[in-house]
Amino acid sequence: MGLEDLQHNFLTGRVEDLVKWARRNSVWPVTFGLACCAIEMMSVGAADFDISRFGMEVFRGSPRQADLMIVAGRVSQKMAPVLRQVYDQMMEPKWVISMGVCASTGGMFNNYAIVQGVDQVVPVDVYAPGCPPSPEMLLHAILTLHEKIRTGEITRRRSSTSQGPEELAGWVPERPDAVRLGTPR
Amino acid sequence: MTPDTAPVELSLPDVPRSTSVDGHDLLFPQRDRYHDVVAAHRDAGYEMLADLTAVDYLSHPGRQLPDGVAPERFELVVMLLSLASGEALHVRRVRIRVQVPEDGAEVPSLWDLYRGAEAMEREAYDMYGITFTGHPDLTRILMPDDWEGHPLRKDFGVGRVPVQFKEAPGPR
Amino acid sequence: MSDRTRSTTEAPESETPDTGPETSLPFVKETFEGSQELASRHDTSPEELEREVGSVLRLPESHGVDVSDIDVERPDDETMIINMGPQHPSTHGVLRLMMELDGETVLRTKPIIGYLHTGMEKTAEELTYQQGSTNVTRMDYLSPLNNELVFSLATEMLLGIELPPRAVWIRMLLSELQRVSSHLMWLATNGMDVGSTTMMIFGFRERELVLGFFEKTTGLRMNHNFIRPGGTAADLPDGWEDDVEVILDNVTSRLADYDALLTGQPIFNERMEGIGSLTADEAIALSATGPILRSTGVAWDLRRTMPYLAYDEVDFDVIIGTYGDNFDRYAIRINEIRESVRILWQVLDKMPPGDYRVQDKKVTPPPRARIDESMEALIHHFKIFTEGFKVPAGEVYVAIESPRGELGCYLVSDGSSKPYRMHIRAPSFVNLQSLPVMMHGGLVADAVATISSVDPVMGEVDR
Repeated sequence: MGLEDLQHNFLTGRVEDLVKWARRNSVWPVTFGLACCAIEMMSVGAADFDISRFGMEVFRGSPRQADLMIVAGRVSQKMAPVLRQVYDQMMEPKWVISMGVCASTGGMFNNYAIVQGVDQVVPVDVYAPGCPPSPEMLLHAILTLHEKIRTGEITRRRSSTSQGPEELAGWVPERPDAVRLGTPR
Repeated sequence: MTPDTAPVELSLPDVPRSTSVDGHDLLFPQRDRYHDVVAAHRDAGYEMLADLTAVDYLSHPGRQLPDGVAPERFELVVMLLSLASGEALHVRRVRIRVQVPEDGAEVPSLWDLYRGAEAMEREAYDMYGITFTGHPDLTRILMPDDWEGHPLRKDFGVGRVPVQFKEAPGPR
Repeated sequence: MSDRTRSTTEAPESETPDTGPETSLPFVKETFEGSQELASRHDTSPEELEREVGSVLRLPESHGVDVSDIDVERPDDETMIINMGPQHPSTHGVLRLMMELDGETVLRTKPIIGYLHTGMEKTAEELTYQQGSTNVTRMDYLSPLNNELVFSLATEMLLGIELPPRAVWIRMLLSELQRVSSHLMWLATNGMDVGSTTMMIFGFRERELVLGFFEKTTGLRMNHNFIRPGGTAADLPDGWEDDVEVILDNVTSRLADYDALLTGQPIFNERMEGIGSLTADEAIALSATGPILRSTGVAWDLRRTMPYLAYDEVDFDVIIGTYGDNFDRYAIRINEIRESVRILWQVLDKMPPGDYRVQDKKVTPPPRARIDESMEALIHHFKIFTEGFKVPAGEVYVAIESPRGELGCYLVSDGSSKPYRMHIRAPSFVNLQSLPVMMHGGLVADAVATISSVDPVMGEVDR
């Protein structure tokens, strides 16, 4: 009885694929609902649009236990440092979905009080426009994120290691490849 | 103020008044009599302070005011409401408008009469810079603590970022 | 200041942020709100101490506030100041609460708001009256049609126009459906805060029915921009009576499920009865309105005492409570859903035919088909949508009863096509002042339930 007798009883795969499969099928979001988009995010968590089928219905209260931050709503000047702190407390690997136009670009509020785009504060992986995006659109964004996890690098490589204030002039936000990926399969 | 004490008769003959298009009484007391006028209304049966806000009339100086009222830059608007004694009073809602000049924008606080004025006065301070003497905690409420400027003033810009296809608009 | 718990360990004067190693952005500052936060007792003035402790009633003029008179038993170094929020598991938005605790008992509370300040009142001065609803609707995002309604009523009062009856009744239909959906949402989040996740799923399931009707009528599930000055944006779709009947039947039968799940349940009663109580005098002094005021026994509902739209032509009861505690507010809201259903049955019967908006060419845009035929219609359309219609100079204050309390709009016009000043009297902003009073002497574990029963919507608190 050796390995030759076990032809149909093995399943092989790459470790990398298994890790990615595990990561994308249990992405746990942190509760970061701010404004109207938070209500649509809660609708996604509820029965009609159920994100529990993706393993994501556990919205963790503590950022230490979460993988994904869905920034749902407009980020005001007072809230921006809080956003950054919550993001920093999350453990790698972590992703950010910017939900709604207010989080993506400042939306209809182009004024003194709103940060014009949450990517000024945290790096964003997927942008979901809408005011508010309907739950189906948020699910599309989540599936796009899953696609990105499936096809992307297992560790996020950053182009530069540290950025002091003198190098900030050339700082560009990470280009999200969600736009390239298109509709997830 | 309990509902079963009889409301005190309200007579303030030397305060200019008018009626507004929504049917509310308008009063325009001077700044030094403002607190007494509000206290008189409270004793007369206006138990609730519905709202307290301010307006900056920098770009609209020619507004309609009754005779004897000199316009200033800011106007503090106080809306009083009567719940229980409404039937005994001539009108349920009263609006009191006080002219507040730009330098020395200080008004007595209504906190000792109406506890609900606390957050409203903080907002008026934060957005306009009007200080309320006698307020327990006059700090900013909506903007961050170290923000400079008072956003709802007319000379404070919207803070618009120029976007593609739509440049920053000129002043109003 | 050693008993003050803050989110970073650095001194406030330092400018270097405490961020991760590879992405330090020097312009991001710490989360320290300075003088807006709750300070330890010896740093607080007596008046502010009095307010945070929750002492509300008017004191006689001769009574000076002495710190030692304040009814707190523990000396300063035995109490603990903790911070809750602005990001926290309670589903009520970005409210930050600082509490001073003696063990588990809450002594002082200070809500710190402003984390969602959007500058909407400033934005309103840049938008025309036609565009105004898009801005105002995002304040109270759980009942957006009510915001649009109050803005439109204020504008129409300044314009001096009279609406056709069908427009009034359509607005009433939408407003009551909005009340049903907002209270269902409250039941869901309150249930979740108290621990019943089933209630969350139930509430959202019902709400989806109402939102489906809104999507059919207005085009959007939320933030509709449907009620505009002059009437509504469009007429009700064909077959709307059947849709509304389906909603009403479903909501009525499922309210019985909620009663079975929550009302008589001993755990829910333990968590809600006697917690967060308020007296009528305190509520009036704090300018609380809505379910909070009604829970203390004051029968004040603007739909009944100062009716707007056509509320004097429909039959409904005003629900009041007795003890002013969380359970009373829960009972009031669940019964207000029943009263709204009752109103909606009457609206179904009494909906008049006619125009859904006023036929004043200067205010209402012409129907799209006419633009091809008539030059005048084209010009009116152009002027209304680019420059906007001019509103006569003046100022008004209009108030309606939103699910949270008195929602008012103070509008000042200088005769141009944009509001000179628009102030929304948000009920949640004022109702939050009753939170320190409700929480004083309670347990910290009840803090979330009490916040939830006040039902704050941070969009309208911060505007």
